[in-house]
Amino acid sequence: MSETAQQSPHHIDVKEFHPRARAAIHNPQIRQNFRKAMDGLMTKRKSAFEGWDLETLRDLGANIRLRALANLPDLLEQLEQKLTENGITVHWAADGDEACEIVRDICVARNASSVIKGKSMVSEEMELNHYLEEQGIEALESDLGEYIVQLAEETPSHIIMPAIHKNTEEISQLLHDKTGTDLSHDVEYLTANARLQLREKFMNADVGVSGVNFAVAETGTLCLVENEGNGRMTTTVPLCHIAVTGIEKVVPNLEDVTALLALLTRSATGQHITTYFNMISGPRKADELDGPEEVHLVLVDNGRSTIYQDDELLDTLRCIRCGACMNHCPVYTRVGGHAYGTTYPGPIGKILMPHMVGLDEGRHLPTASSLCGACGEVCPVKIPIPDLLVRLRQESVDGDKLHPAKVRGHGAKRSSMEAMIWKGWSWMHARPGMYRMGTSLGARFRKLQPGKFGGWTRYRTAPKLAARTLHERMKERSQ
Amino acid sequence: MSSRDAILQRLRHRTGGELTAPECDFSVLNRPEWSTAEKLDMFERTIESVHGEVHRTTESGWIDRLAEILQTRGAGTLLIAKEHEIGKALQSATKSREDLPQLLIYDEPVESWQEALFSEVDAGITSTRGGIAETGSLILWPSVDEPRLMSLVPPIHIAVLKASELYTTFHHAMQSQNWAAGMPTNALLISGPSKTADIEQTLAYGVHGPKELIVLVIE
Ligand code: SF4
Repeated sequence: MSETAQQSPHHIDVKEFHPRARAAIHNPQIRQNFRKAMDGLMTKRKSAFEGWDLETLRDLGANIRLRALANLPDLLEQLEQKLTENGITVHWAADGDEACEIVRDICVARNASSVIKGKSMVSEEMELNHYLEEQGIEALESDLGEYIVQLAEETPSHIIMPAIHKNTEEISQLLHDKTGTDLSHDVEYLTANARLQLREKFMNADVGVSGVNFAVAETGTLCLVENEGNGRMTTTVPLCHIAVTGIEKVVPNLEDVTALLALLTRSATGQHITTYFNMISGPRKADELDGPEEVHLVLVDNGRSTIYQDDELLDTLRCIRCGACMNHCPVYTRVGGHAYGTTYPGPIGKILMPHMVGLDEGRHLPTASSLCGACGEVCPVKIPIPDLLVRLRQESVDGDKLHPAKVRGHGAKRSSMEAMIWKGWSWMHARPGMYRMGTSLGARFRKLQPGKFGGWTRYRTAPKLAARTLHERMKERSQ
Repeated sequence: MSSRDAILQRLRHRTGGELTAPECDFSVLNRPEWSTAEKLDMFERTIESVHGEVHRTTESGWIDRLAEILQTRGAGTLLIAKEHEIGKALQSATKSREDLPQLLIYDEPVESWQEALFSEVDAGITSTRGGIAETGSLILWPSVDEPRLMSLVPPIHIAVLKASELYTTFHHAMQSQNWAAGMPTNALLISGPSKTADIEQTLAYGVHGPKELIVLVIE
């Protein structure tokens, strides 16, 4: 286990990506756990789409998300209106802190002392568990992966499979230490024990908190995708259900979820569909015998409305959080999810997190990529992730000329030395005479060329200038 | 200004200007019209591939089959609906036969018997609003008579599906049943028993919901 993984996000310095990445690369356990899992996921995804016209389906996915974003403010209002008609209370939060306070206030109003949670990346973004604990409210994760991560006092290393960085042995030891189960590699046994322990908690929890995969404006419906049934428990057993989600999760029509669901589960885990697709459109009615008597939706902005301002960056908001980009990312597979030090790791994290933590904090995120393009090729909603990475790289070194500051920390990586070199470079390349003179001087004095170019030559040999320039050689040939 | 108004205002007055919404063509989801037999084969294959169990039976034979299934599993109690025809049929059958487990009727708010529901019920039986062949899914709209937890808490969930109510795709089912006209408080697609792969990608069943999903298909 890498020591860095033990930290909670509250004291992770996102800037320290390199030391964490280096540690992970030298940790054979991490390497093996991720390699094995990602290989499996890639194969499963591929076979799940067999027989599909995948390009057309991805086009549809992209168009559904783009259409939703094109009408985002109207859709959010429609969603609010429909949900309210259905008896669901809608709250709006400008950032994670406000969202936490909203959840707390609902808990306090109900005299709640314990919260059971279904999987929700937005609640990770809000650092809700930590906040609730501080307020004296117990918050327990019920998704098995999240439960493991919480027991280990870690954060998820993958958005779909939170405990993917651990192998059975490590989990067995953890469950033994924290919950007193026998040391066993029998996954059935370990799972059965978690079931027993969590069932107790479901029955006694005052409030259930879940995420949302799609929110349908047309009918006022919250859709949740899951395999375990803990999401259904969370949203059914406690008398109060609070769903938290980003403002971008809304879609106009119920029909839209059929295509997005088909893309989501196949891209994520290679399943045709998950065990449960849970659609919630209201609290328990007067004559119904179970279900929560109160349902709330907290719509969280947390930087999304800023991303929304820019025509290119906007594409980030199409994401349906399938995780396929990380499963296919050569960097993610090698360094694992914790190296990034961010709530969302991998390619989606690299294009989303700079908006949340700023480009000064997140300066290494857009460069932690070989730009191989795999993420963009598999993304079910066709987010041009590599283009967005390049754009964010530009943002992080630009002065304020090219684009007015759209991302917090804009220009944080700009070095005046580098800027000067590039300025000189472009000046010379725009003047043929100067260019020729420059290259021929370079060829003459090539012995003086430095052998090291900073980070670039750490793992590469420096290119050498040729004895004669291309222009000179071409001239000889034509004589 | 409230956060709500501030967020909406920022979204309304975006610096990038008006966005245009692209057309969405759903025809990629269309499948050829399958016969009921083809749909049933497909449904069976798909749900069995994720550990669901399918038993083909008939209007007159399903109770026998159910009794057999529950006996082999040693189920002592079966949770049923009060008013639904399935529940009614079982209530009257149990008067004349001994091979059915003890029937429990879900007719009280869960608060009054939650402990028992969680620890004493071996199996629950529900109806369905049809099935989806392509993904091997059951459509459930829990109701006053068949509450949500019936299909979630007992370790065995038995669902009764009429073969004639199979749809090819989710899209088709939703359109045919006109879901957009009005959704119930809770609607579900169930496609197999509860499972997890969170421990090193090893599948384990029955993590929070039923360990077994058994579908009785009435042909
Ligand atoms: S960016 Fe695309 S591939 Fe990555 S999680 Fe989001 S939808 Fe999936």
